[in-house]
Amino acid sequence: MSFEPKIIGFLCNWCSYAGADLAGVSRMKCVPNVHIIRTMCSGGVSPAFILKAFQAGADGVLICGCNPGDCHYREGNYKAIRRVTLLKKVLERLGIEEQRLQLHWICASCGDEFVDVVNNMTAELKELGPLRDAEREV
Amino acid sequence: MEEPRIGVYVCHCGTNIAGTIDVEEVAKYAAILPHVVVSRHYEYMCSDPGQELIKNDIKQLGINRVVVASCSPRLHEKAFQGVLRESGLSPYLLQMANIREHCAWLHEKGAETTEKAKRMVRAAVNRVSHHEALEIRQVPIFPATLVVGGGIAGIQAAMEIANSNQIVYLVEREPSIGGHMAQFDKTFPTLDCAACILTPRMTEVARHRYIRILTYSEVIEISGYVGNFRVKIRRKPRYVDEEKCIGCGICQEKCPWKVPSEFDVGMRERKAIYTPFPQAVPNVPVIDTEHCAYFLKGKCRACEKFCDAKAINFEQKELIFELDVGNIIIATGFDTLDAAKITQYGYGRYPNVFTSLEFERLCSPAGPTEGHIVLANGKQPDSVAIIHCVGSRDKNYHEYCSRVCCMHALKHAHLLKEKTKADVYQMYIDMRCFGKGYEEFYQRVQKEKVNFIRGKVAKVTDEAIGEEEKGKLIVLVEDTLLGSMLRVPVDMVVLCVAIEPRKDAQEVAKLFHLGRSEDGFFLERHAKLDPVATMSEGIFIVGCCQGPKDIPDTVAQASAAAARALAMIVRGKMEVSATTASIDESKCSGCKICNLLCPYNAIFFDDATKVSRINQVLCQGCGVCAAACPSGAITHNYFTADEIMAEVEGVLA
Repeated sequence: MSFEPKIIGFLCNWCSYAGADLAGVSRMKCVPNVHIIRTMCSGGVSPAFILKAFQAGADGVLICGCNPGDCHYREGNYKAIRRVTLLKKVLERLGIEEQRLQLHWICASCGDEFVDVVNNMTAELKELGPLRDAEREV
Repeated sequence: MEEPRIGVYVCHCGTNIAGTIDVEEVAKYAAILPHVVVSRHYEYMCSDPGQELIKNDIKQLGINRVVVASCSPRLHEKAFQGVLRESGLSPYLLQMANIREHCAWLHEKGAETTEKAKRMVRAAVNRVSHHEALEIRQVPIFPATLVVGGGIAGIQAAMEIANSNQIVYLVEREPSIGGHMAQFDKTFPTLDCAACILTPRMTEVARHRYIRILTYSEVIEISGYVGNFRVKIRRKPRYVDEEKCIGCGICQEKCPWKVPSEFDVGMRERKAIYTPFPQAVPNVPVIDTEHCAYFLKGKCRACEKFCDAKAINFEQKELIFELDVGNIIIATGFDTLDAAKITQYGYGRYPNVFTSLEFERLCSPAGPTEGHIVLANGKQPDSVAIIHCVGSRDKNYHEYCSRVCCMHALKHAHLLKEKTKADVYQMYIDMRCFGKGYEEFYQRVQKEKVNFIRGKVAKVTDEAIGEEEKGKLIVLVEDTLLGSMLRVPVDMVVLCVAIEPRKDAQEVAKLFHLGRSEDGFFLERHAKLDPVATMSEGIFIVGCCQGPKDIPDTVAQASAAAARALAMIVRGKMEVSATTASIDESKCSGCKICNLLCPYNAIFFDDATKVSRINQVLCQGCGVCAAACPSGAITHNYFTADEIMAEVEGVLA
């Protein structure tokens, strides 16, 4: 059987979760690899959640928030950028490739973009292969 | 914490879920998960019998945690929370698994999709064990309402609320209320005179003891939250004292400076001191400082000399003040497409190509031609082409339908037949006459011997081929019913230009925290079930700022938003979500990182105890502070680390 990456998607309630809802309502189709967890804001996604996901067996973590300037909480998404940028550096040291943690902006009317992001990220991680157990231990 | 006793309820949603996912298998699977006492599946969990199922289990089996696997929590979370509440449980002991939008509808039918649904339910079950019974608080609200935009939408909403003896602030950035409707001549399909039905309402609004009109004013800042907004308003100086001015108009007569009138879409001139139109409300002129000789050159003041009421005041300054309101209704309207962008139709090059708005002014008895439909040379046209879908239903401009053009094109045809002897051609893609009395009006205009040509116009040109085309505008169009190209020589062309979002829609959206749909109009909370509310609680959108619509729809929407605002005003208080953040003072190191991160300044440092505290009323529950706290002292309720991590583990287990 081919490798199917497991991806945890943290989606902000206001834009991205609604965008994913719209993709469903519009019956757009995407691969089932991303499991969505609703958060209120992309800025509220703690690095601990992301590390936990990798530790618990995720091959990738996707964070989606409102477009820059459109954050429901003014600028939580900017905080998400900073956090993800920093965390990527830490993950790199741990041997976790940067494609495994992705941040995308999905607006509430962007169902098609959500589907693209899910399909693309899954394809990328398929290529990359599973996250090795040794890295999870750290 | 008490031992969790979880009930799992898997919804078929008819065939919406059950058609793709084996719901029975999901329910069976959930039954053996830890702490699950009962697991059921049912056709429609949101229906009355579905809700009763949950209530009974809570009563008889002592269920204290509920997982509903159905649609998006954004759709029915409130409904299912209500079920818990009515059964005496905290509504926060619920977790939904969105197996419809995020699973059944997003993936193909098959074992893999059912497996995913199982993992989603497992995650929800894992998570809900950690849920706590949070306390819902109530806070008082400001009863006043802010209405932004004084067109027919804003006027209607303001009247509805004010008629219930509640205070409304109606803010309009132009010198007068009235909006686009004031520019129209007749309204379809009844041919009511727009001014006759609008201006009495404008006066009524002005006289209403519960409405305060703030014209020539703009909202520049907004803070707070539903029920407790504080808005900052900038009132531009009119340089005319509203209290003293008696509206005699002598200043406008004496002012020597002429400027194209915005109200008459440049077809007539106004003075540098002006009221946009004679029925303006308030009937107090403003001085346009960009064109006033005194402001430009320091000399003139003719208006001041002739004003008997001594109302002219060149010293007036802009005024910035704050209002406390509970609800905000956005009715900022639309712009029309700049027809000059579509160069092949010749607007701006040929003087006899008009936009639909210009044609409205031509028809209006109060317009530049006193209601005579005439060409640029003052003569009546012998033939007129009305071109539909100019910038609408067109991938190069707007893909959407502007919804009003078919009908106003028919109205224009009717007025042409009534006022002139002209031959009238309608060049249309499809006739969309969907409203009450619209199809009947279409049939009536057909009987008035208007020519209907089905086809999208390619070009308007003045390059004549034959003798009969000389001096005419030639409309090149394919008649798709005949399957042949036509050259239609006419004297006048009317372009039914698309309705667009306002040029500053992006800034307004940012100011009020509104989303926008792909077409650029403001986004409603739910397209079907919540069409006037927005993602920002307490802020409503009505009229064309939400999408193109006609006057009846606009008025209905405005009344709907007013009802929504009144519902809260009548309650007098509102429930505040318990999903805020709180600080465990014993863990707080007093580093103040959270103080700076909070977008609402809800976190403050208590100097006495050297720890940070969160103002629970100001906190909007974004969770940014909790994610940043280096000591792990902050908990984002309902999104706690334990809950999220349990959900992650549940997915991946």
